[in-house]
Amino acid sequence: MTAATTPGSREVLGPPEIARALIRIAHEILERARGADDLVLLGIPTRGLPLARRLAATIGQVEGVDPEPLVGALDVTMYRDDLRRHPTRTIGATSLPDRGIDDKLVVLVDDVLFSGRTIRAAMDALADLGRPRAVQLAVLVDRGHRELPIRADYVGKNLPTSREETVAVRLAETDGVDSVRIEAR
Amino acid sequence: MRHLLRGVAPLGGERTDVLLADGVIVAIGADASREAGSATVLDGDGLVALPGLVDLHTHLREPGREDAETVASGSRAAALGGYTAVHAMANTSPVADTAGVVEQVWRLGQDAGRVDVFPVGAVSVGLRGEQLAELGAMAQSAARVRVFSDDGMCVHDPVLMRRALEYVKAFDGVVAQHAQEPRLTQGAQMHEGIVSAELGLAGWPAVAEESIVARDVLLAQHVGSRVHVLHVSTAGSVEIVRWAKARGIAVTAEATPHHLSLTDERARGYDPLFKVNPPLRTAEDVEAVRAGLADGTIDVVGTDHAPHTREDKDCEWAAAAFGMTGLETALGIVSTTMVATGRLTWADVARVMSTTPARIGRVASGPHAHGRPLAVGEPANVTLVDPTARWTVDPSRHASTSRNSPYGGTELTGRVIATFLRGRPTVLDGALTEEEHA
Amino acid sequence: MRHLLSAADLDHTTAVHILDTAAEMAKTQSREIKKLPTLRGRTVVNLFFEDSTRTRISFEAAAKRLSADVINFSAKGSSVSKGESLKDTALTLQAMGADAVVVRHQASGAPHRLANAGWLEAAVLNAGDGTHQHPTQALLDSFTVRRHLRGTDVEPDGVGSDLAGLHVAIVGDVLHSRVARSNVDLLTTLGARVTLVAPPTLVPVGAETWPCEVSYHLDEVVDAGPDAVMMLRVQRERMGGGGGATSFFPSPLEYTRQYGLDARRLARLPEHAIVMHPGPMNRGLEISADAADSPRAVIVEQVANGVAVRMAVLYLLLAGEREKA
Repeated sequence: MTAATTPGSREVLGPPEIARALIRIAHEILERARGADDLVLLGIPTRGLPLARRLAATIGQVEGVDPEPLVGALDVTMYRDDLRRHPTRTIGATSLPDRGIDDKLVVLVDDVLFSGRTIRAAMDALADLGRPRAVQLAVLVDRGHRELPIRADYVGKNLPTSREETVAVRLAETDGVDSVRIEAR
Repeated sequence: MRHLLRGVAPLGGERTDVLLADGVIVAIGADASREAGSATVLDGDGLVALPGLVDLHTHLREPGREDAETVASGSRAAALGGYTAVHAMANTSPVADTAGVVEQVWRLGQDAGRVDVFPVGAVSVGLRGEQLAELGAMAQSAARVRVFSDDGMCVHDPVLMRRALEYVKAFDGVVAQHAQEPRLTQGAQMHEGIVSAELGLAGWPAVAEESIVARDVLLAQHVGSRVHVLHVSTAGSVEIVRWAKARGIAVTAEATPHHLSLTDERARGYDPLFKVNPPLRTAEDVEAVRAGLADGTIDVVGTDHAPHTREDKDCEWAAAAFGMTGLETALGIVSTTMVATGRLTWADVARVMSTTPARIGRVASGPHAHGRPLAVGEPANVTLVDPTARWTVDPSRHASTSRNSPYGGTELTGRVIATFLRGRPTVLDGALTEEEHA
Repeated sequence: MRHLLSAADLDHTTAVHILDTAAEMAKTQSREIKKLPTLRGRTVVNLFFEDSTRTRISFEAAAKRLSADVINFSAKGSSVSKGESLKDTALTLQAMGADAVVVRHQASGAPHRLANAGWLEAAVLNAGDGTHQHPTQALLDSFTVRRHLRGTDVEPDGVGSDLAGLHVAIVGDVLHSRVARSNVDLLTTLGARVTLVAPPTLVPVGAETWPCEVSYHLDEVVDAGPDAVMMLRVQRERMGGGGGATSFFPSPLEYTRQYGLDARRLARLPEHAIVMHPGPMNRGLEISADAADSPRAVIVEQVANGVAVRMAVLYLLLAGEREKA
């Protein structure tokens, strides 16, 4: 994927807005978790993972701790309910931090919250891996149109969209540039 | 019954008119139209006229496997393929190893009335390769058997083969050998080579054929008999036959349409339509067989028409029966692979598909003579071929009871338009004539 | 993928992708909860015309760990032995709504027929056909080789890498071995160099065109320092001793002396070389107890990897939209 923009699309968040949103979310997480002691940030591949790393870096800076043990990846492919509607998806890596997730406060991190089905799959996947004390959800963009009773605990930006539009998140780590655009299908 | 064939090209030569009347060719050229009278006129513009084709190698399955083919259905298929005579192999149930069975097959053929069916007699009782069948009785029967073969099985015992070669001299017969060394081919499924190694199918090595061909030509030389090698499939066999002929040994050899056109690569899909015995060989073997047919080393094209029921082919490769149908496609295959490529003339086709097979089978004289020249006074066994017609093989439309043709969807050049058996049309406009007469 | 019939059908990218998927599957198998919901509602039929408890339970475990429904259809005691045709069996499975058919058959090519004859819409997975192919065995073997010889601290399963530069010796009855055929195809696709070691009677005519070397001398190949040695199972009845003229070798004893992996040959292998066997082993014939039980033998691990690889293949065949033929 390239950073090239599609005609007819508009950028809604640029690099500074994304950075500010993540710093704010990091602080909100710390505030509600009362520190980073039993905190685990699980990024959902592909773009949830760099977001989780960025949040961990900020939290590490603020708390003066190593951010590495805070972060893990949670691939939800094998828990999705829409596998049969698409060509076969490649299974991503799941890796939990060494401290595990049992009795931890797990914050799931993803780029866009839409129908809620990915998060439903993530919660099923999590249940097979251990038993966190609590599970929260952080997303960069909430674009609405939920199909399940799921809401985010931390939102970078609420973005009203129509179903006919696509929200394209690009991140420096995966796409070479930070941007959130709304594109007509 | 009179037919005027207008503007046909006998053996692909000059166009002329041919008049058939009362089972005989009565006039050729200007005389023909002059004497035509009320004859039915067939506009044969550009059609090649050949003497009615003669197959030395057909399996008609009757008696015993009438679900796969009957003498009647096989006769219809033969007529559509341009044949006026076929030799029916002996591996029926019961085996054609007695005068009774061969007479039955002969009569069934005459009743069907589409082609003359000449029964082949078994060499050994029950095709078991142990004891000579009553060859003399079959020769003297109403069927007048002259070709003897255990086809499907090899006469592998050298002593039995020697005795058969010697014995048939008494009535000018010929032993037609299915050359397959049985020990080297136990459980064999396809040609042994690169493809079989990859597919994991038990190999049928070329040497299993060649060693028997070599032995048999030497035996024939030793006892002074003629021997006919069925379905030559390997370059080595062609070479051995060529060598034997150079030494003056009385050997004749046959190529099948499928060994002239298909290779073992066809086994890759494991589709049993391509399972046949001897197996499809390599491209080099196909080329050698074509070259052998072109230079006269191989004398005849025989179909080895081997009909099988759906259930015998609709299964895994190893469980499937060997064999493919061929009567209705043989001329098209020979025309496409040999004539269109300039390797045979139509006169050559007449030689390898009519004249020589009739001579080898000793059916070139008498009241049921075949393979005669297209000349005045000769029996009116005539096949008309459109040499340029392109057509696509559709086994579902075949007259054979069985559908196991490997050529479904194949486009061929050269098509049989009409067949006359002793002046009576069995096929017109590429279709069977009304059921009739006899 | 629509079917998995032959290791020869896998290109480099697909092969690595399957192994990488298997690595993720393997990780889930060390968890307390091994079952995944991925193939819920899918039906996998294990259609075994030939006994192989090991392969069947491996596929059964793989399908069940992915929550598929599993139906075991054994030819023994079924109508197959009463003469039901492969076609009728296929039509039955079609009527039962099978999504995948895992087929083991004594006839080479039977899975091809099931996949291509138009009897059945299900994905067909070849679990061993005659002397033709056994693609999941090759995949689990490559997975095992990659894990041991290409694994790193970061990527213990060697995810993303192939087998370029490795030398694998495959020893024994190549002629009758679907394992050997599948492994020659897959190992070479993945960049490994393969040497087949067998007496000349057990090398198929035509193997000279395979992308591998052939040697008649195990000692020479051992001294060439292969990275992995795969021992093939030898059928005793092919080894003489009463078999008559059609035996492929004078006696079991001579076979063991010439082609068996014993302590002496084991000791001459390079330090890092691994010893493999598809099982079941004939201890004392093609492999001695010393070799089979040595720390270099990864034979038990091959079994565990078999489940992960079969999970990966079932996932790739069944999870997504059905590819059109």
